[in-house]
Amino acid sequence: MSKMVRRPSLLGRRTLDCRREAPTATPRRRSLLGRRTLGGSQPIAFLYLLPAFAFFVAFAVIPLGQSVFISFFEWNGITDRHFIGFENYLTVLTEPKIREALQHSLVLILFYAVLPISIALVIVGLLVRVRIRGQAFYRSVLFMPTILPLTVVAVAWRWIYAPDGPLNRALDIVGLDSISRAWLGDFTFALPALGLVGTWVTFGLVFVLFVAGVQKIPREQYEAARIDGAGIVREFFSVTLPALRREITVALILTITAALRNFDVVFVTTRGGPGTTTEVPSVFIFRSVFQTRMVGLGAAIGVVLMLELLIVNMTVLWYRRRGEVDS
Amino acid sequence: MGASVIAIYPLLSIVLLALNEPGNRISGFTIPESFTLENFSTAWTRGGFGPALISSAIIASTVVVASVTFSILAGYAFATMRFPFKNTLFVVLIAGLMLPYEALIIPLYFGFRDLGLIDTRWATILPQIGFSVSLGTFWMRAAFESLSGSTVEAAKIDGANSWDILRRVLIPIAKPATLSLAALLFLFAWNDFLLALVLIPQNESAQTAPLALSFFAGQRRGGDPSVIAAAALIVAIPVLIMYVILQRRFIRGVAEGASKG
Repeated sequence: MSKMVRRPSLLGRRTLDCRREAPTATPRRRSLLGRRTLGGSQPIAFLYLLPAFAFFVAFAVIPLGQSVFISFFEWNGITDRHFIGFENYLTVLTEPKIREALQHSLVLILFYAVLPISIALVIVGLLVRVRIRGQAFYRSVLFMPTILPLTVVAVAWRWIYAPDGPLNRALDIVGLDSISRAWLGDFTFALPALGLVGTWVTFGLVFVLFVAGVQKIPREQYEAARIDGAGIVREFFSVTLPALRREITVALILTITAALRNFDVVFVTTRGGPGTTTEVPSVFIFRSVFQTRMVGLGAAIGVVLMLELLIVNMTVLWYRRRGEVDS
Repeated sequence: MGASVIAIYPLLSIVLLALNEPGNRISGFTIPESFTLENFSTAWTRGGFGPALISSAIIASTVVVASVTFSILAGYAFATMRFPFKNTLFVVLIAGLMLPYEALIIPLYFGFRDLGLIDTRWATILPQIGFSVSLGTFWMRAAFESLSGSTVEAAKIDGANSWDILRRVLIPIAKPATLSLAALLFLFAWNDFLLALVLIPQNESAQTAPLALSFFAGQRRGGDPSVIAAAALIVAIPVLIMYVILQRRFIRGVAEGASKG
């Protein structure tokens, strides 16, 4: 008994009581438990895993398999389907409209990922030198666009880009009314306009990631760089950028995923128009169920989109691994 | 900082627009002289946002409670137990993080149609749980691993079984991580649009707030932008309130999550 009392119990009284009932069993049970954590397996683990895996398999793994299966058929969703092999995939790669949509999603990567990451890196590079009061406040404000429902974001920006909206008003005020237009109805500007919405959404997330990363860099590294006579630019490339490799990787994965999957903003603002200038793959998939009724083709686009994401993410991760081995 | 102004302006512009007197033209840059809440009441009654907000709240809270519970259980097993195929199972589950809904939405639609669940809340709740457990398990495993170690060993030596260790030792100390996860999953569930659009296409009584907003904004294209702006704010307000309360948790969660990845 005295042995047990010495060790303060982390658990409630009930376990203590249990042990009091069978004190002689304690030593043996202790060694058994000890061995269990070092060696052999605990089948009870599967009980703990069961609910999560049941849902994951039922609503992610099986549908994924079905998507791949459906993509080999020509199917309108109602009548019998016909097996057509890889024909849907050929269509994805050759049909100009779908290729155009895939290209648009690549353009969007520029706006969702490359642009915000570049801007955030420049600002973070400057912030290393300049101290700003109330950083936490600015960070909360900058992060806010990331948490808004994208449908709300879309409504807000539809207003900003509207013919009588704030953007055109601002152009009027500065005397540039000659270039004002219905931005989202313009064949040239609709896609970049939507892209900038993405930049606005992802910037805060990227910035918060980078600020957190920079705060982990030891001050001495900057001091050492300064003693070596490094200017702000060399300091950025020799200290800040290498230290942020992990954060940049995460930012790339999150923002590229957002760019390739972009659906909400396009659906609420342009629905792919004007013409086909803002078509994106996800809108095609949506239409394949409810409008065009080319379900097999829609599934194939979904699979291609998934593979695209997988390849991009793997490339980013592989690149980081290689970078870590190099340094 | 100019960047903060740019970050806040689009939201501010629809706030000004929504508060504007109907029929008044506003510049978007000056603060109008008089405000009205009329646009909000118009949007509320015409857009059916009352039921939509309730529906969103039911869906999001069900998804959060179920996903967090299942993630705690699975994360605990991955963090503290030994069992066959542990690494394989973990990698498979985590691969779910890279899976886009877009690749699954077609079979989900036809599957739920055959089960008669289309146009019910279950049609979006069930897949969202299936998706959330990937992030959740990853998150809770990391939390338990950083906390457990000697604590779990000590409890085991104390003769506690696995359920007691989880319930009385780990869950209480992992509370901050659990709350961050819950907040994040709530946000995803509240903001979801694609699933609701495809899986609850016609039932107005089950439609979510973002879905109601898109229908409302779509129908009234060319209608009064002030009313649409008010509708957008009605949908955003719950998320904004939560953000104001939990912003530190969100930001820290994201920053820490990144350093784990």
